[in-house]
Amino acid sequence: MIETVHLTKYFGKLKVLDDISETIQQGEVVSIIGPSGSGKSTFLRCLNLLEVPTSGQVIFDGVNLTDKGTDINLHRQKMGMVFQQFNVFPHLSVKDNITLAPVLLKKKTKAEAGALADELLARVGMTDKAKEHPKKLSGGQKQRLAIVRALAMEPEVMLFDEPTSALDPEMVGEVLSVIKDLVKGGMTLIIVTHEMGFAREVSTRVLFMDEGRIQEQGTPEQIFVNPQSPRTQSFLSKVLR
Amino acid sequence: MSLVTITENIIKLLRDYWQVFLLRGVSITLLLSVITVFFGAILGSLLAFARMSRFKMLRWPVAFFVELIRGTPILLQLYIGYFVAPQVFPFLGMSDFASIAVALIINSACYVSEIVRSGIQAVDKTQNEAARSLGLNPAQAMVLVVLPQAVKNILPALGNEFVMIIKETSLASTFFIGDLMTSYLTVKGKTFLSLESLIIVGAIYFVLTFSLSKIIGVYERRLKVSD
Ligand SMILES: Nc1ncnc2c1ncn2[C@@H]1O[C@H](COP(=O)(O)OP(=O)(O)O)[C@@H](O)[C@H]1O
Ligand SMILES: [Mg+2]
Repeated sequence: MIETVHLTKYFGKLKVLDDISETIQQGEVVSIIGPSGSGKSTFLRCLNLLEVPTSGQVIFDGVNLTDKGTDINLHRQKMGMVFQQFNVFPHLSVKDNITLAPVLLKKKTKAEAGALADELLARVGMTDKAKEHPKKLSGGQKQRLAIVRALAMEPEVMLFDEPTSALDPEMVGEVLSVIKDLVKGGMTLIIVTHEMGFAREVSTRVLFMDEGRIQEQGTPEQIFVNPQSPRTQSFLSKVLR
Repeated sequence: MSLVTITENIIKLLRDYWQVFLLRGVSITLLLSVITVFFGAILGSLLAFARMSRFKMLRWPVAFFVELIRGTPILLQLYIGYFVAPQVFPFLGMSDFASIAVALIINSACYVSEIVRSGIQAVDKTQNEAARSLGLNPAQAMVLVVLPQAVKNILPALGNEFVMIIKETSLASTFFIGDLMTSYLTVKGKTFLSLESLIIVGAIYFVLTFSLSKIIGVYERRLKVSD
């Protein structure tokens, strides 16, 4: 479904992604773990071209996104993204946050989008917040809104960049449980996370990144119970303690 | 010169020349200011977008022009508008008022362009990213997500620009175009009561700018409440 081919990214002279070739299949739940600054966010952001790769390719559904002729806006509609800082639209109501893109991009009529928004809000337990302004929401509610906003485009894959890192501890659970529902629904997910327990529980595959490379990957069992690379071992020994 | 004499003179001037000050002076000053703010805001927004363009060939000349205007005295620009423009564009047949207005508009546009640009840049760039990640194109993200948030930064600053312009139009009196400051020159010429005329004109300027600031303040608080 998503394939990177020799994906390399520099910020100035700094090499942040170093020749990453990786394929993610439909239905997979892939967690990306690794120390901060290792390039996890950059890798994720390269997948929908929020960061433009310095070299290499990103192939999505057989289409080369890095090709100059590709209409990236069209393909981004199929790739939902959730950010660490929520990035909900503060000038729009909760419901308008959700319906803005589907209506504007002609995926749905206003009525259809509204109905879908209601349904999605119900699914994350926020029906009563539809008319609210985002500034009245807690962090956990904002992040659930951000997830719903992305889902309203009915994407084929969801990209999460540390979705719970900016949350107070008591709100982490409510967001993770929404993501778990997506897993149950069979959606393809790529999740950058520091929640090791969660990664272990939901992932079909775990990628360990360090210094711009995928140093090791495998099933959660392989990575968390029996890591091979000394870097993985050392990272896990620090975060799991 | 006693305070009593001055007061008496002021009352006399107000009685004899109120039309010069209040009708002609204030209306031309306000007209010039409103025209300048209105067209300055439009042109300034265009300059702001040009300066944020992807294209260097657009960005660099605009940046140079804006800095040039901001870096030279407005009075000099008014002289150029007054003396040079009609000679370069004789076919336009511009009146003195129009020449001055154009110079003021260009000057204000350059300041406004910086107001608009910083207002837009003050919106967290993650807002744009979130919009783009949903599939919005750059124009849609700008118009529907970034600009509505930037307006809250831009409008109050634009109000202050209005206040500044009311004061700056006084420089137009150098060319006797009939604004409030010109009315001082007119009345002084007829009565030789310089100080008294100045006090009257100063008081009118103050009332204009002070009440405008107050109105802007109310509006600003309303904007704050709504976000
Ligand atoms: N926009 C940017 N400009 C310059 N350097 C950046 C930028 N974004 C990230 N970096 C650098 O790239 C490296 C990898 O960052 P990132 O992908 O955010 O890592 P991670 O998500 O694993 O913490 C870091 O050294 C970071 O400072
Ligand atoms: Mg990161």
